[in-house]
Formats: sequence, C-alpha cells, structure tokens
Amino acid sequence: MLLEVDRVASFYGDFQALFEVSLQVAEGETVAVIGANGAGKSTLLRTVAGLQERATGTVAFDGRSLDGVPTHLRLGLGIAMVPEGRRIFPSLTVEENLKVGAVRDRPGRWEVASVLALFPALADKRDRPGSLLSGGEQQMLAIGRALMANPRLLLLDEVSLGLAPLVVRRIYETLPEITGAGATVVLVEQDIGQALAGADRVYCLLEGRVALQGRAADLTREQITGAYFGLGASGGSSLAPRSEGDA
Amino acid sequence: MTTREVAAPAALRVQRATLPSRIGLGVGLAAVVVLALGPLWALDSVLRTLISFLTLLALAQMWNLLAGYAGLVSIGQQAYVGLGAYGLLLFADTLGLPLLASVLVAGVVGTLVAVPTALLAFRLRGGYFAIGTWVIAEVYRLVITNVSQLGGGSGLTLRAASAFDRTTRLYLTYELALAVGVGAVAGTYVLLRRRLGLALTAIRDGEQSAQSLGVPVFRAKFAAYLVAAFGCSLAGAVIYLNLLRVQPEAAFSVNWTAFMIFIVVIGGVGTIEGPIIGTIVFFVLQETLSGYGAWYLVLLGAVAVLVTVVAKRGLWGLVADRTGWSLFPVQRRLEER
Amino acid sequence: MTWVNVVVQGLLLGGLYALFAAGLTLMFGVMRLVNLAHGDLSMVAAFVALAIVDAVPVNPLWTLLVVVPLLFGVGYLLQRGLLNFTLRGNDPLPPVLVTFGLSIILQNLLLEVFSADSQGLDAGRIENASIRLSDRLAVGWFPLLTLVTAVAVLAGLQLLISRTQLGRSFRATSDDPEAASLVGLDHRHVFAMAAAIALATVAVAGLFLGVRTTFTPSVGPTRLIFAFEAVIIGGLGSLWGTLAGGLVLGVAQALGAQLSPGWGVLAGHLVFLAVLAFRPTGLLGRQVPA
Repeated sequence: MLLEVDRVASFYGDFQALFEVSLQVAEGETVAVIGANGAGKSTLLRTVAGLQERATGTVAFDGRSLDGVPTHLRLGLGIAMVPEGRRIFPSLTVEENLKVGAVRDRPGRWEVASVLALFPALADKRDRPGSLLSGGEQQMLAIGRALMANPRLLLLDEVSLGLAPLVVRRIYETLPEITGAGATVVLVEQDIGQALAGADRVYCLLEGRVALQGRAADLTREQITGAYFGLGASGGSSLAPRSEGDA
Repeated sequence: MTTREVAAPAALRVQRATLPSRIGLGVGLAAVVVLALGPLWALDSVLRTLISFLTLLALAQMWNLLAGYAGLVSIGQQAYVGLGAYGLLLFADTLGLPLLASVLVAGVVGTLVAVPTALLAFRLRGGYFAIGTWVIAEVYRLVITNVSQLGGGSGLTLRAASAFDRTTRLYLTYELALAVGVGAVAGTYVLLRRRLGLALTAIRDGEQSAQSLGVPVFRAKFAAYLVAAFGCSLAGAVIYLNLLRVQPEAAFSVNWTAFMIFIVVIGGVGTIEGPIIGTIVFFVLQETLSGYGAWYLVLLGAVAVLVTVVAKRGLWGLVADRTGWSLFPVQRRLEER
Repeated sequence: MTWVNVVVQGLLLGGLYALFAAGLTLMFGVMRLVNLAHGDLSMVAAFVALAIVDAVPVNPLWTLLVVVPLLFGVGYLLQRGLLNFTLRGNDPLPPVLVTFGLSIILQNLLLEVFSADSQGLDAGRIENASIRLSDRLAVGWFPLLTLVTAVAVLAGLQLLISRTQLGRSFRATSDDPEAASLVGLDHRHVFAMAAAIALATVAVAGLFLGVRTTFTPSVGPTRLIFAFEAVIIGGLGSLWGTLAGGLVLGVAQALGAQLSPGWGVLAGHLVFLAVLAFRPTGLLGRQVPA
C-alpha cells in the first residue's frame, strides 16, 4: 500500500469534519473520493498533505507514518497536492510557477519542457503572470506545478470546480499520461461521471464518514446515489441542512 | 409531517454590569474622591508623583484606544504631547488666557491639527502607518524648532503659572491632572459603550468584515484618532504645566510613545483596566530601576517584547482569562430575566 | 555652490538613502513586515565596525567582510527566532510592537556599551578625495562610491528576486504561504533568508554612513525615517522605485539645506508628505501603501 489512512479524525477548530475515516491506495492506482458538499473530501486530502492543524489517527506513506512531518517536507517524500481553488502564484509567470514547483527536485520525467508538452495551451503563455490566466489554464498550471516534483502520489482536489465541461474533459484527458508515467492519483470530485470514468476504485464520503467503497466498475448507480445523498441503507435519511462549501 | 410544540424563549435582556464591575465601580468612585482630596492629606512630593502617574495614565488610555480598539498603531502621539505643551505656552503666556482655559484650548488645538494629520496618515497602513505618524510628529517638532517666537531649539519657560504661589499652582495642576486622568479612563469607557465602541470592536476583530456589514470604518477610526489627539494634548498641557520648561526635543520626544506602548502592552492591550495596571507597573519599575541608566530602558523594551510574544493580552489579560472579571464591562451579554 | 552642484550632492546622498531603504522594501515585500529596528541594526553594524577598527588598525571598509556576514546571521536568527512568531495571525500589532521594542533595546544597549559620544569611521584619503568634473563641479570619491554601491546592491537584489530560485521562493511565499508549503517551501526559512539578506544590505548602509558622517547610538530612528520616506516617495513594491525615492529625498534635503541649514531634513519630510497627499502610490509604485 502506498497510502494508508487509518481511522483519521480531522477538525477545524472545534468543528469535526472527519470521523474515523480509513482509506487505502495501492501504488499505481487511481482512486476517486466523491461526496456532496461538506462531506469532508477536501479535508481528507488536506490531512494527507499535512495542512490540517488538528487531526488524529495515522496517515502512512510507503509504510512510514507521516506523523509530525510538516507539509513542506512531504513533497520531498513524494506527495504532491493540487489544492482546491488551484492557488497558483499570481505574481509569478507560468514558467516561474513551474520552476518553483521543482524546489524539492526528485528524479523523473517531468520538467518544464515535458509539462508544457502535456499542456500545450500553456506553452505559448510561458511568460504570462499567473493572475492573467483563465480558470482552466490556472488548473492546468497547478497540476503541472505539482508534477514538477515528480511525485509518487498526486492529490487532486476538485479539479473541475468552476470550469466549463469542455475544459474539464480536456484536463482529465491528460490523466492517463500522468498515471502512465507512474504516479498514483487520489482525486476528489463533485462530478461523479468524470470521477468514475477515470478511477479504479471509489470511496464515497458522507458527513465525514466513508459511506461506500469499491471498484468503480462494480458499483451501481443506485448504490452511489444512495451513499452520496445518504438515503436508505446506513443511517437513514437526513433532512438536517448541510453547511455550505466543502469541508 | 408532525408538529412539535416549541417552548416560548425565555425572556431575555441585555446586561452589561457584572458583580466585579459593580464592586470595581464602587471602589473606583471612592478612590477618585480620596484622590480629589489629595491636597488635604498628601505630601507635595506624593502629589507630584501622582501628577506624573495620572497624566501618563491618560496618555496610555489614549494610545490603547487607538491601538487596542481602532487598530491604529501610532508611534506619533508625542506630536500631541508637544502640541499641548506649546498650545499652553501660546495661550497662557502670549495671549494671556487663564490657565484652565489655556489647557482646554491647547487640547482643542491639538484636535484641530489632528484632522489633516489623520487624513494624511490614514493613507498608510500597519507598520508604515506607524512610521508615518512618527514622521509627522517630527515635522511638527522641526517646524516649531524653527520658529524663534516659540523659543526655537532651546524652548521657553511657562511664565503665566508664576501668577500663583507654588502651593496653589501644585494643587491646581494636581486637580487638573486628576481630571485628565480620570476623564481619560471614564471618557474611554463611556465612548466604548456607545455605537462608536461597537464599531471599533468590530473593526478590531476584522476590518473588511466590518466594512462589508456597513460599519463606517473610516469615520470610526477618524473619530478615535481625534479623541486620542484631544486626550494627549490635554495631558501634554498638564504635564508641562507641571514641568514648566518646554523644549521641542523633550516635548516631542518619541519616548512619550515608548512609555505609552510599554504601559499598554504590559497592562493589556484592548482593555481599559490594562493601562491602569500598566501605569502602576511602570512607576514601580521606574522607582526601583532609576539608578541603572540605559539598562532600565533595555529591560523595558525586553519585557514589552516578551509580553507581546508570550502573553499577548498583558497582565490584565492573564487575570481576566482566569477569573472572567471585567471592571469596565464594555461587552453586552444576553441574560435571562 | 551652484544649484547643479547641490543637486549632484543630493543625488549622492540619495544613493545612501536608497541603500538603507532596500532592506526595508525587501522585508515588506516578502513578509509584509515593517522592521522598526531597521535603522538601529545599521548602527549595530557601524559600532561593530568601530570596535574592530579600534582593535585592529585597518581601513573600516575592510570590516565589511565581518560585519556583512554577521548581520546576515543576526537577521536569519532574529526572523526565525522572534519575528516569525509575530507574523502568526493577521494582527498588525505584534510586529510593530516587537520591532519597536527591539529598537529601544538596541539603542540603549549601544548606549551602555559605547556611550553617547559621537563616533566616526575614518576611511582615510578616500573620504576627502574628489573628482573634478568641471570647473564648477566636484564630486567626492566616497559619495560616488556609495551611490555606485547602492545601485549595485539594488540591481543585485532585483536579479536575485527575478532570476533565482530563492527569489521565486520569496515571491511565491509572499503570494500564498500555504500553497508555497505544498511545493516544498518552508516559510519560516524563506522569511528568515529575506531578513538575513535585508540586514546584510543594512550592514553595508550603516558602514558607509559611519564613514560619511559621525554617528551615535540614537541615530538609528532617523535612518529608519529616511529609509521609509524613500520607500514611500518611490512607491511600494518596486526596488527601482526605492532608488528613485532615495534620490528624490536626497535632492530635496540638499536643496532645503541650501536655503537654510535647519531646513534640509524638513524639506525632505515635506516632499514625503506631498507625495503622500497627492500621489500615495509613489512615483513608480504599483500598489496602494497597504
């Protein structure tokens, strides 16, 4: 197992966003984490990246626990995250954004030239500052930046958020090339179709807990919808209003 | 779909005073009365120390109002101390107004000067605002130094006060100092209980959020700045009524602000009780360490740095965190009837 | 003295101000920190140089070899050990209070160790030598050296920021510290490097000032004020703006002093206030002073 998340609970101050979540990802797999707004998907990724201030349970990477390892060192170990909202550096150009992604350089095929080949839309915008890119271009740049460190594990958080379907599709079309180069991918998505199409296995989160898991090919539409909205099977319907925004 | 009986909410009222605050109020009033009768029971030297204490307390409250409530960290309040001093000179000596009136008018003059000062300084923020206020204070100092009618670099001595004999002058200055000191504390308290206080607290907690809620941020900060200018100018006038000799380098010295900062930081920023405690600590330290020259200031600076990093809310903050007391309750709470 | 001469002297003085301001701009640009002890730290450099020169009779300019690395280290430790903690949260108070307290501490420490006497660093013949440019215009070697050094330092900083990985780290961390941690940048280290470089430039500035004029422990704040005015006049967010601001300030002071000896510094203040009133973004600035 490349990534093992064992009974992790995660908090924002006093608010608990994850309750005893466990998840495993084998090397080379693509795993999708889906769920409604506020289910805890981004929180899970943030916990793996080390951004959560308060979290209990263990996250183990390649057999070693990440307890006490600060975020900026996790990249050196091989974990890269493309955060929610892209968060490229607005005052740096495209090329500079990529170069700064290689601060912790690891051996591999990804460098400025190969990343720009992966995202040709960025190639002729090398010197454009990040603030002047469109949403789709920023998303591509964020992914490219994460690739520059040649990570073993790539965490993609809500890549489709705020982007036109055509743009989202084009971005997902690059996924096979990324995984083909050897990266293990965990992606968080609200777009279920896209998530299932690209993933080997799926976890569905509901209100901070794993409601369903299995191979993407084996799960039925009903099962997924049920787990997504929390209908039937476990826990019954919940009519309480959910908080806005993904936790 | 079932309906549920919802119990009517308990009747609520807005409450401010607490038991400690009521006790505090009683003790405070008694203290003020005792102090006011000072000339009857205190030695002259004690009165002089109290004058320094009360004026410094006033200055500290003003700095606290700016930094702790309005979020304006000024290193230029010495401008108003100086303006108050020179205003007193101008109106009492040159224009021959009675002393009491001169002090008041000096305060008003300081406030008037604060208007264009604020408009300029508010174009800067944070650390740059701090230095900007310092620069402006320096400008006032330099301008006055270059005006020979005001004594130039060597300054002037207040002559109007010699109309009174020494004891009367001391008592007069003392009562003024008491008025200014108590006024600063009481005035800040009253101010913060009103709308302005709410606005300032909102700004302190989050300026952008406050603005988006419609809080008049600029006006509130502007008002706070003017009030602080008035208070500091009054205090400056009384300080130099006591010291008599006014020199630009001393009157406009940044040390005034350094003392204000030390007092408020040690005592507790953003509380009214803080500056009171801070002034006491400051005086105690000054008495015990006065023989050590510059090391005293090194210690002052080191303590201020330490407190800022370790106990951000100062001495009163430590007490209030443990006990929940508030002697000058500014917060409103909901209580059941 | 012709007016041309006055302007030239002002430009040379302005170079020194720009050198002082460079560090201030760097620290503010990378971590939004205004170091109120900036001027006093330059005095530390000058006094350390003095101590070295007292012990070993060398030209003070050689002490740069010691003083610059020393302040580089001090800057790193200061930021990492103290100032980083004031930057947590969005409270504007702690950085101002701590650096102000530091300023008081440094001034009074220097006072206790070195006394309040006026001191000077004697650089020998270079101090008084001058070049004749025309029959009415002479330029001092040392002031010229100062200006050249200032331009070189600023150019070096600009190159560092725009071309190197460290410079990219500065800009990235300044843009978004959390995203920066995701690409492997430790903001504590990045900030400390910025402070280290800033203080290294301040060491150079302090030394050059010590040669040019006399100094005392309490002169630090005045340097801070001039550096700050240079930054605001030139405009935030631009190193070349800082140079321009320094030059303008120098010329303003020189012209003012020509009118009347006591008016030099005041003239500079008035120009600063005028810029603040009528063009708050500064001459070359790109953002509102926030």
